[in-house]
Amino acid sequence: MWQFFHKLGSPKWFFGIATRFMPWLLAGGLLLLAAGLIWGLAFAPKDYLQGNSYRIIFIHVPSAFLAQSIYISMAVAAVVTLVWRMKLADVFVKAIAPVGLLFTFLALFTGAIWGKPTWGTWWVWDARLTAMLILLFLYGGVIALDRAINDEKSAARAVAVLVLVGVVNIPIIKYSVDWWNTLHQPATFKLTEKPTMPMEMWLPLLLSVLGLYLLFGWLACIRMKTEILVREQRTRWVRELVLAGRK
Amino acid sequence: MHPIRKKRLTIVLFLVAGLAIAVGLTTYALRQNINLFYDPSEIAAGNVPVDVRIRAGGMVEEGSVIRDPESLKVEFRVTDFSASVPMEYVGILPDLFAEGQGIVAMGRMDASGRFIADQVLAKHDEQYMPPEVADALERASKGQHKAADAQKAAESTAY
Repeated sequence: MWQFFHKLGSPKWFFGIATRFMPWLLAGGLLLLAAGLIWGLAFAPKDYLQGNSYRIIFIHVPSAFLAQSIYISMAVAAVVTLVWRMKLADVFVKAIAPVGLLFTFLALFTGAIWGKPTWGTWWVWDARLTAMLILLFLYGGVIALDRAINDEKSAARAVAVLVLVGVVNIPIIKYSVDWWNTLHQPATFKLTEKPTMPMEMWLPLLLSVLGLYLLFGWLACIRMKTEILVREQRTRWVRELVLAGRK
Repeated sequence: MHPIRKKRLTIVLFLVAGLAIAVGLTTYALRQNINLFYDPSEIAAGNVPVDVRIRAGGMVEEGSVIRDPESLKVEFRVTDFSASVPMEYVGILPDLFAEGQGIVAMGRMDASGRFIADQVLAKHDEQYMPPEVADALERASKGQHKAADAQKAAESTAY
């Protein structure tokens, strides 16, 4: 266990393993996402109340899942940065923060498009929507703080603290619909309980969620590899790698 | 674990726990402001200011919707099954507005206890189902003799 943990701290080792996993992540992700979206958008039955407009759920829910999961994984990496000072954890946070921002934006955007025909409004200041907007600003803050500090080590620590401070927002997003009166309905897609939708709607949704997770894995690898190359450009293995690629 | 790391981990855990408690207490204290709308019980209990713009939400009572044939005026009652509030709205309602559906309305309470809405939003629940299943469930709740096959239809598609 600890040996694996220490290996994970080596950028060179990660670079190799990421290169090996990436094609699988990309292929699996595209396949699952395409299957989930085509099934969900074209073949799943329509909803008795909302008709076809509910189908945006197949994009909205996976984006919202990713938006929160990415933040949780960033928080775990932030603890590793603060406690073990592992370089790779900081590389991870830095590489995936913009991806999290993107998915949060997508969740808010698709939610607004969905809200107009069903609720009758693009936006309402209810607890769920507001907490999600705060998550968007947190991602923005993490990216900005990282860019604002030139020294790599102090930037890593400052960002880690900010990420940890923001993590209280995650349970608020998750439970906002249960704790307070909101316009947003409670969760449909639950992993621990019986879903409140029939199997032929739930399965395509599951496929899209899994596919998007895999694609996120691919995106995280490619961005981390770039960041590693930039940071380790003076080391021998990177030079050898670049020289080998040039030949 | 290395003692320095242990110390750092303790600090991090304290930071997160302290923050969680602080935010938890704050949101608990502000819970009335975070709630998007008042429910009919709160309005009936008189916890709602008169002539102040507020939101009220609940279920549109079955058989309570009266549409004025001459204008866009609609009157209905909103209930949470323990109290109900009469509402009045002039304008176009969202597609999902129907008896038995949830709504959230923005407006004011007038002195006579009516809610004058200037915006009505539809609220829907987390249940999704194909139209056939919804029909089957409806039939099941109306006709007892059809209940058995409707139940079967619902079970074959809904999980």
